[in-house]
Amino acid sequence: MTTETLRVPLNRPPKHLPRRIVVLAVLLFFAVVFAMPMLWMVSASLKPENEVLQSPPTFLPSTFQWANYSQAGHGLFPFFVNSVKLAALNVGFLLLFASLAGYGFARLNFAFKNLAFALLLSTAMIPSMVYLVPQYMLFREMGWIDTHYPLWVPNVLTPVFGTFLLRQAFRGIPIELEEAAKLDGASTFGTFWRIMLPQVKPALAAVGALTFMGSWNDLFGPLIFLNSTRLQTMPIALALFKGEYFTQTNLMMAAATLTILPPLLLFLLAQKYFVQGITMSGLKG
Amino acid sequence: MANAVLPTLTPPAVDGGPPVRKRSKVKPKRQNLAGWLFVGPVIAGVLFFQLAPVAASLVVSLTNWSGLNRPTFLGLGNYRELFTADDTFYPSLRNTVIFTVVVVVLTIFIGLGLAVLCNQKVKGIGIFRTLYYSPAVTNVVAIGFVWFWLYDPNNGLFNSTLRTIGIHGPAWLSDTKTALIAVIVVAIWQGVGYPMVILLAGLQSIDTSLIEAATVDGASAWRRFWAVVFPLLTPSLFFLTITQFITSFQVFGIIYVMTSGGPNNATSVFIFHIYEAAFGHGRLGYASAMGWVLFVIVGVVTAVQWKMEKRWVHYDN
Repeated sequence: MTTETLRVPLNRPPKHLPRRIVVLAVLLFFAVVFAMPMLWMVSASLKPENEVLQSPPTFLPSTFQWANYSQAGHGLFPFFVNSVKLAALNVGFLLLFASLAGYGFARLNFAFKNLAFALLLSTAMIPSMVYLVPQYMLFREMGWIDTHYPLWVPNVLTPVFGTFLLRQAFRGIPIELEEAAKLDGASTFGTFWRIMLPQVKPALAAVGALTFMGSWNDLFGPLIFLNSTRLQTMPIALALFKGEYFTQTNLMMAAATLTILPPLLLFLLAQKYFVQGITMSGLKG
Repeated sequence: MANAVLPTLTPPAVDGGPPVRKRSKVKPKRQNLAGWLFVGPVIAGVLFFQLAPVAASLVVSLTNWSGLNRPTFLGLGNYRELFTADDTFYPSLRNTVIFTVVVVVLTIFIGLGLAVLCNQKVKGIGIFRTLYYSPAVTNVVAIGFVWFWLYDPNNGLFNSTLRTIGIHGPAWLSDTKTALIAVIVVAIWQGVGYPMVILLAGLQSIDTSLIEAATVDGASAWRRFWAVVFPLLTPSLFFLTITQFITSFQVFGIIYVMTSGGPNNATSVFIFHIYEAAFGHGRLGYASAMGWVLFVIVGVVTAVQWKMEKRWVHYDN
């Protein structure tokens, strides 16, 4: 076999055709496995109430009842606002602190650097349950229980994975770029902010997307640190609705669909950067 | 350099360019103030929000503190109670171990298969990737809703389908025999996205000339995968066994939403047990002791994994 036959997917020989069909069939099979529960959810969210529990179940609604969404959306709106606020605070500040620390560990030379980095990485292994009780007491002393602070301040100041990923990304940037900026008289912070930060956009996108999803889908934090309903986030609101507001499966499914849309759209948009950002970190095969 | 900490995770070399770290021109001048201003917030955050509470938790675990009373020192009393007098400790540990082993092995294995699939040059592959990853970005409450309903003994999709072929399906989530399996299926469905993305990134950074060389040598696709591609993926696989173990062993959300540990503790996992002790019964000292037992288990298993690293992980730069 020659290498030419391998490299040309466009005018591939006919004997490769069955393989292509097999690949496509397997891809479609898994697409159904992964999408089926979601599609089922969307289908139920559009059905009239009496049709949801009909037996045998039907996949397509007889009429598309879009009003389910306005009804569910109306109830969810205040919680949506809380979730958006927390996600924005988490993503914004985490990217700031993680990129500062990542750059510091990648390029600056200071006392106890290795010790500090080892300390940071070692915390990745500590289960959060170990420090949960003292943390809860600490927040109680600080008057932070039933406020939004515990849901973002500790997160953005302990970005272990983000710092690690960004450090790897900064180390992949040629040092000449930085030296040129230094020669032009840029300060350390100026070099970092104007020259280096734009170079690691894919890694920032990857860390930002992961942070957004972590914040948006957090169940444990709001469950423990919040009491007031008006402060709650989307996942908790969904759980609350199950008991209090929605006895109707179609409305519950509409609410569930609304909570999963933002991260889904974000991943669809950031998908390319996401894989690129992880590759850039050098976590490679 | 801090390279010593993670010798294996070096940055990708810049093609054709000079080595990434070319420190010879600039003399390594100390920038203590600047350096600490950059890393200071994160180090302070880790010390204040994680390491100090970890130490405090060890002290609390030796007391009967409820958060309101004046704590009495119990010595190792909480630990003794946990190992000798707690009826739910061993079942929850057993469930956690079963859950973790099955979920870690299957998510990585299926994730590897999906990563290979998603690395094919097919039109619209981005849509497939997004579909496969979509459960991973979905919150557990929404997932719980849907699956709870799919598993419904009477009107659920599974049992309705089984009925059409004459099988009377089990009451998946309320039967002690099937509940843990039912939850594990959901956890795998949600959990494969992350390993898939990490392994896809791994696959994409493999130098294709290596694979082409093997092809020229007449290696079959199967042999090429196991002899060339797989060894190059072992660092990513190693990273995943470590991280998937740590997260699976701390599973909480899906259990909380779908079964709350029931029926009859059939799906009670370790974290759930700690959560109930701390926030259900106000036994903060006891919950802290369990937290430390969890910490020791995770620490020992992770250390063993690092120890075995040399046996199967292939590094080649």
